[in-house]
Amino acid sequence: MAQLTMIQAITEALRTELKADENVLLFGEDVGANGGVFRATEGLHKEFGEERVFDTPLAESGIGGLAIGLALTGFRPVMEIQFFGFLFEVMDSVSGQMARMSFRTGGRFNAPITIRAPFGGGVATPEMHADSLEGLVAAQPGLTVVIPSTPYDAKGLLISAIKDENPVIFLEHMKLYRSFRQEVPEEEYTIPLGKADVKREGTDLTIIAYGAMVQESLKAAETLEKEGYSVEVVDLRTIQPLDIETIIQSVEKTNRVIVVQEAQRQAGIAANVVAEISERAILSLEAPVMRVTAPDTIYPFAAGENTWLPNAKDIVAKAKEVLTF
Amino acid sequence: MVAKKGNQYDPVKALQLIESQFEMVQILNEEGKIVNKDLDPKLSDEELVELMNRMVYTRILDQRSISLNRQGRLGFYAPTAGQEASQLASQYVLEKDDFILPGYRDVPQLLFHGWPLHMAFLWSRGHYEGSVLPEGLNIFPPQIIIGAQYIQAAGVALGFKKKGQKSVAITYTGDGGTSQGDFYEGLNFAGAFKVPAIFIIQNNQYAISTHRDVQSAAKTLAQKGVAAGVPSVLVDGMDPLAVYVATRDARERAVNGDGPTLIETMCYRYGPHTMAGDDPTRYRTSEIDGEWEKRDPIVRFRTYLENKGIWSKELEEKVVERAKEEIKVAIKKADAAPKQKATDFMKIMYKGDMPFNLQEQLDAYVGKESN
Repeated sequence: MAQLTMIQAITEALRTELKADENVLLFGEDVGANGGVFRATEGLHKEFGEERVFDTPLAESGIGGLAIGLALTGFRPVMEIQFFGFLFEVMDSVSGQMARMSFRTGGRFNAPITIRAPFGGGVATPEMHADSLEGLVAAQPGLTVVIPSTPYDAKGLLISAIKDENPVIFLEHMKLYRSFRQEVPEEEYTIPLGKADVKREGTDLTIIAYGAMVQESLKAAETLEKEGYSVEVVDLRTIQPLDIETIIQSVEKTNRVIVVQEAQRQAGIAANVVAEISERAILSLEAPVMRVTAPDTIYPFAAGENTWLPNAKDIVAKAKEVLTF
Repeated sequence: MVAKKGNQYDPVKALQLIESQFEMVQILNEEGKIVNKDLDPKLSDEELVELMNRMVYTRILDQRSISLNRQGRLGFYAPTAGQEASQLASQYVLEKDDFILPGYRDVPQLLFHGWPLHMAFLWSRGHYEGSVLPEGLNIFPPQIIIGAQYIQAAGVALGFKKKGQKSVAITYTGDGGTSQGDFYEGLNFAGAFKVPAIFIIQNNQYAISTHRDVQSAAKTLAQKGVAAGVPSVLVDGMDPLAVYVATRDARERAVNGDGPTLIETMCYRYGPHTMAGDDPTRYRTSEIDGEWEKRDPIVRFRTYLENKGIWSKELEEKVVERAKEEIKVAIKKADAAPKQKATDFMKIMYKGDMPFNLQEQLDAYVGKESN
């Protein structure tokens, strides 16, 4: 089995689905001969040709409209937003149009559209490249939102996203693109959307996280282990809809929870997780459910981001608060 | 430094040259006379009569819709009188497999493309069954976000091109719509991909109350196609023959692989923007209304057909009666639609299985609704 980085696993998923279904089309800014600014579509233009893998003019809203129109004519569009910070330019197509496609046509049309976009902090990008905007799309009924944290998950989840009959936002954390390798099967496999994954088992505390914060949480868990705490780490993988079953199972096992997100406190998914736990498992709790998040400011300029982003140290500190409550 | 103007550097002249190319095309004038014999599409008598039937029918539907709205028996309604030639002569060109991406005033085109009238009424009332589109009917429900249909039309047309299907995507917006970013993105994408799309601007002079001259310094809206490399034309939008010819030619170019066309139809909406409280007397005078009414598409087409000896009061009365009868039947059918339930909405949210959260809510609502 090949050892792949997450970006390579993503390319493999795209190749697999381009091969499997002739209706799959890949397009966006610079995804053709250039292979994408991160090389996610490397070699695919050459392998599948201009009809299947193509560059678009530089206009995110137009790309979203193109995807909708192609879906209306029976295609399975996989569109790239070059950086998820550009979401605002295509927000109507995403939340105003494709999320409503089945609803406003009584199910006659659907939008089997996958939107891929890099996002996330820690790689010193200019403004509007790193922002965690997943909360905005997760708040829109009709959209599924996926954020993988490992190469293996990335391939299986992306294949599921492309096969899905409804619009899926697939967010790729830039810091995870090449940070580590993992064994990734060559063949097609799927990981169901809406299913979390216990990335590490434990009995004293549950850390619920997604994206790059899963890796930070695993680091924190190791530190805590050295101090005698057994920590479970749940990777949400899909942030809309939430896998309530896995979350509650873990809460009932450990009775103590923190939720970690890279997004600002007011802007992310953690609040939804806390609300679900409080409605469904409050009597299992030995301590308040606490959050580790970025502060409620605009995402900082590049040189300041590492003081702003939550990290393993912050997670350890909050975990101890909850463990000793 | 002030550059010396010459052939190579005169931006003002370059613009004037472009603008001078966009004179309004008219075939049938206000008096019902053919003024441009070369462009006369020479439709058969049957075709001319059928186009007239549709315009008269739509005028009656507009009158009845306004009165039904006032009685509280219809919901959202955007009046269409004055725009019959723009709407129906362009739709008249289409084949069944062509796809219409309409704005919210474009209900008549959808009806003649096959949207059942009672469904249009249900849509107007805000009942979801109105937009449960029948299989094989190639339309999108009326778009509310101005301009969104333009970028989607580029996508539908690219889909047709990729499949090798000889069909077109046709989309409509108004003069105000040409100010939206999506208008330009749609045109530009369609031009860049050379897809079979037809973009129609129904320039009815007002975006709600804002006059067309406030929208843009461009002398014509048709010329906006030039920047995208899209062939463009300005026609008298109250002349059914001019609208027909421009759309017919655009369709022919599109299915022959020659790419998209932009058509500006110069017209007027006699009524308010919608029936939801717009008062046109706040932004235009009855003198202006009167000037435009002299150019009425139905009046001039009636004169033309009567002079040809193929139209009469009796024929028109028949269409009026048929329209009234069909409207009555459609309203009854709409009245019979069941009351909407929250569970109905949940069931049409997704294709396939619903996500856990919605399934859980569905179960809760099923219990609630059975009480």
